[in-house]
Amino acid sequence: MSLIVNFLIAFFILAGAFLCLIAAFGVIRLPDVYTRNHAASKATTLGVMFILVGTFIYFYAFLDHFNSRLILGFVFLFMTSPISGHLINRSAYNSGVKLWDKSVRDDLKAYNEGRDKSPL
Amino acid sequence: MLEVVIWIALLCCSLSMLGLIYRVIKGPSTADRVIALDSIGVNLIAITALFSVANKSTAFLDIILLIGILAFIGTVAFAKYLERGEIIENEPNR
Repeated sequence: MSLIVNFLIAFFILAGAFLCLIAAFGVIRLPDVYTRNHAASKATTLGVMFILVGTFIYFYAFLDHFNSRLILGFVFLFMTSPISGHLINRSAYNSGVKLWDKSVRDDLKAYNEGRDKSPL
Repeated sequence: MLEVVIWIALLCCSLSMLGLIYRVIKGPSTADRVIALDSIGVNLIAITALFSVANKSTAFLDIILLIGILAFIGTVAFAKYLERGEIIENEPNR
C-alpha cells in the first residue's frame, strides 16, 4: 500500500515538474506573445496542479493530515490562471502587439475593421 | 525514493524559473514580461509545495493560496493598465 502511494506521489510530482519545464521551454522558444501565452498558461497550470495533487496525497497518506487549503489552492488556480492568460492576451492585442509573420488568420482584425459582422 | 524525486522536481522548477527570467529580461513587449512574471508566480507555488513536502511540514501551505491570489490580482491589474492606461477608473457619470 505504501509503495503504491509512493509511486503515485512520485508520478504526480515528476509529471508536474516535467510540465513546468516544458512550459518554460515553450516560453523561451515560441515566436510571438500569443503562442508564448498559450504555452505558459496551459502547461504551467496543469503542471502546478499535478504537483499540488501530489503534495495533497503525500500529506494525506503519510502525515494523516487532510489539508483543505491545498484543495482550495488548486481549485483557485484552475479557475484563475486561464483568465489571467486571456486578459493578458486581450490587452496585448488591443495595445497593438504584432502577430507572428507566418500566422495566417486574424479574425479579430477583420471584425474590428468592419469586414466581418458575424459575432465572434 | 521520494526524497530524490522531490529534489529532481525542485531542480526542474528552478530551471524553468531560470528560463522564464530569461524571457522577462529579453521579452520584446511588455505583455511577454507580464506572462513570464505570472508563470514565475505559479512556479513559486510549485516550489513552495515541494519545499513543504521536503520539510514534512504543513506550515507553508497557506502561502500557496496567498501566492496564487496575489499573482492573479497582479496580472489582472497589469492587463488593465496595458489596455486602458489606468487601473482604477474614476468616472462618476458614464
